[in-house]
Amino acid sequence: MHIPYKTHIVLSALLLPCLVSCASTSDVADKSQVASSGNAAKTSGGGDVAEYKLDNGLKILVKPDHRAPIVVSQVWYKAGSSYEKNGTTGVAHVLEHMMFKGTKSRGPNEFSRIIAENGGRENAFTGQDYTAYFQQLEKSRLHISFELEADRMQNLMLSADEFAKEIKVVMEERRMRTEDKPKSLTYEQFVAASFVNSPYHHPIIGWMDDLEHMSADDAQQWYSSYYAPNNATLVVVGDVDPDAVATLAKKYFGPLKPRAVPVLKPQREIEQKGVRRISVKAAAQLPYLLLGFQVPVLKSAEVEWEPYAIEMLAYVLDGSDSARFNKNLIRGSEIATSVGAGYDMNSRLQDRFVIDGTPAQGRSIKELEEAIFAQIKQLKDELVPQKELERIKAQVVASKIYEKDSVFYQAMQIGTLETVGLDWRLMDKFVERFKAVTPEQVQQMAKKYLVEDRLTVAVLDPQNIESKQPRHPSSAGGSHAH
Amino acid sequence: MRIKIFTLIAVTLFSQLSLAAPKIQHWTTSNGARVYFVPAPELPIVDVQIVFDAGGARDGDKPGLALLTNGLMPEGAGKYDAHKISQTFDSLGAQFSNSSHRDMSVISIRTLSDPKIMTPALEMLTTILTQPSFPKSAFDRERKRLLVGIEQRKQSPSALADEAFYKAVYNSHPYAQLPGGQKESVNAITLDNISAFYDKYYVGRNAVIAIVGDLDRAKAENVVNSLVGRLPEGAAVDDLPNVPTLTDAKTIAINHPSAQTHILVGAPGVKRGDSDYFALYVGNHILGGSGLISRLSDEIREKRGLSYSTYSYFNPMRKNGPYTLGLQTRNESAEEALKVMRDELQKFIDKGPTAKELTAAQKNITGGFPLRISSNKKIIAYIGVIGFYGLPLDYLDTFNEKILAVTVKDIKDAYQRRVQLDKMITVLVGGNEI
Repeated sequence: MHIPYKTHIVLSALLLPCLVSCASTSDVADKSQVASSGNAAKTSGGGDVAEYKLDNGLKILVKPDHRAPIVVSQVWYKAGSSYEKNGTTGVAHVLEHMMFKGTKSRGPNEFSRIIAENGGRENAFTGQDYTAYFQQLEKSRLHISFELEADRMQNLMLSADEFAKEIKVVMEERRMRTEDKPKSLTYEQFVAASFVNSPYHHPIIGWMDDLEHMSADDAQQWYSSYYAPNNATLVVVGDVDPDAVATLAKKYFGPLKPRAVPVLKPQREIEQKGVRRISVKAAAQLPYLLLGFQVPVLKSAEVEWEPYAIEMLAYVLDGSDSARFNKNLIRGSEIATSVGAGYDMNSRLQDRFVIDGTPAQGRSIKELEEAIFAQIKQLKDELVPQKELERIKAQVVASKIYEKDSVFYQAMQIGTLETVGLDWRLMDKFVERFKAVTPEQVQQMAKKYLVEDRLTVAVLDPQNIESKQPRHPSSAGGSHAH
Repeated sequence: MRIKIFTLIAVTLFSQLSLAAPKIQHWTTSNGARVYFVPAPELPIVDVQIVFDAGGARDGDKPGLALLTNGLMPEGAGKYDAHKISQTFDSLGAQFSNSSHRDMSVISIRTLSDPKIMTPALEMLTTILTQPSFPKSAFDRERKRLLVGIEQRKQSPSALADEAFYKAVYNSHPYAQLPGGQKESVNAITLDNISAFYDKYYVGRNAVIAIVGDLDRAKAENVVNSLVGRLPEGAAVDDLPNVPTLTDAKTIAINHPSAQTHILVGAPGVKRGDSDYFALYVGNHILGGSGLISRLSDEIREKRGLSYSTYSYFNPMRKNGPYTLGLQTRNESAEEALKVMRDELQKFIDKGPTAKELTAAQKNITGGFPLRISSNKKIIAYIGVIGFYGLPLDYLDTFNEKILAVTVKDIKDAYQRRVQLDKMITVLVGGNEI
């Protein structure tokens, strides 16, 4: 029912959920927390997050937020699509589906029924770098989430029958999300062209051919390899006392046995040797352009400030309504009907700075691409005015405060950083480091990274949609009986 | 283990019921705007939402008019152009947004409560609300963008299904039209149409203002007076026509080159404040409103692997909004999936839910109450709806008891009176194999 009008194609929605900031709580004074709960080892603290570790390796991060009597609980596994091997792509996500299919002591979907009867909401998501499961509950029911999550961390029952049905559901999901969406289909092939040997090459949902040939054994192997307390992080945000949460977590997760998890190879993306261009033909009405430049992320950066300056580039081009793409390409020259820029500094592996857009009526993909490159050239030739940067920094400072309205988002940030192997304390440093970015650094990043040799271009080439007419006249009056 | 869990439910469910919903303060301004206010001092944030009865249902013979009017408001106002307006909000870190739907058009802002930020942000918002200038250049551009959006719909089987569904369910009722309009209707809109639409509908008596955040009553009154004080009082809009009930079933099949067929089944459902609403809401929760554990999901997804997403929902609107059941499945399974969906609906109409299902649904809905009101964003969405549709101020306070009062008989009775499979629309959009 919601028909957003003035909304650009937001890249963050297409990629990962954090174009506009992946950190928070800069204004919360650091307070060191050293007291031990006596139940789980409390190693350190920063901001207002308490950190614990159980003997079996499970890390627990708790952030109290007493505004409402609720709690969000998330279990994050270091096991996303970038951990997969060729031939079984999509298995991380398939296993995520199978995690609702029962354990030794609970039947299929019983997990969901118990959470529902407790007024809870629950779901799970799989990304390139993680798989996470979450519940939101009235605060006194946190133990129910722990009991169920601990159970499926070690006792999952992967039956061939359930697998056979669920793999069909996943293929339907792929048809819905990718096959029948021309822009998503283009994006998938764009990503595959952008990454040659990096495991970011393949889609999170997996190639259809791999899904068609996946077995329950593949899912079992994945589960046995990565689902262990020492490969997981429990994040809890809400109206709770951290020490009490740690005690409760120890009761349910404490008995689980740790196990050795596979050691990942670096799989560093090869150096690109020139521009790559692809086109994707699909049934569509409108053309679509994607540009991606290989850039470092926090994990891979050799210079600490670079990712923050690259993030600033994304804001200058497309951070808000007054940003340059909107001002110059949608409003000014009216070349684009939509155009956006996105970057995720929190990826585990080297990633891309992505620009996408659809030309305005009567304008071509070529004109749009040239107009985008003219904007990039300007970033290289002229320093971004200090006033423009100040405006962006004001937005980031305010959005850090707005984020506190959502306990779920706060938990997401902690879980993401921890799971990709970045210190979650980075979120406290984000604003400070972002505010330190200078016009010279922004210019330097444009010159160094927004260059042809790092570029992949994908164009959606629309093929005629012929069948818009009713296939046969609707049978007015007749009921549709089967 | 399970027994232990369920003992605890009884205790927590009971204690849950005593949790208070936010107290809504309500008043009406001298020019007729109705105000709904909830103080929330915990975070230094203020959210304001102004809702006008000025959605697509008011488009008349120019579908797209309401959406375009709403979309053009921040494109020029008073002495400011679009860039100055967006720059002002951005430099304050304030987040402006607007949207338009069938019943309502919305203008909203989120700002820090610090007066150095909030005051200039609200001043700009006031200018947008009271002095939009509708520049010709922006009108031409935004109309073109709307036309591109119309083209984009044609490449989406779900958008095509939605469009055909509303058209068939609502026929000549205003809800039949898409708020985004059609190529012909959008091309026919003139700047004069936009100004006239604004003058008629963006008036005090047609406005509801919701405020949640870090300010007291006196400050909230000041905010409201400066925001809408200068809007003319105007006239309350005419009531929309009632939605005629369908007399026959009808199937609409549209070819589309897609791997899946998108299926929608439905008919006019309920309006806001409808006496059957709670019975139908709880009933539908069991049939198709509770995600993976609903009957539809269990039969279509869990048992047969036919669809990733299958659901049903009542969308209560000013007049009877649609009751919709939906799924998408590979083309060759369309017939099977449709049959299962129809059979499940008919079974539910005939027999209603079991007592056990009803209890489980009631526990889910009432136990989840604190989650409904756990953030300022969620609270403002509720009070915006309460204000716009004139629901009782104690709507949230009495929500749980109304859910718990619903019986199996109520559900069965309401479904039998309000949902008839032989008078429903079926839409299929997909490949040739269907």
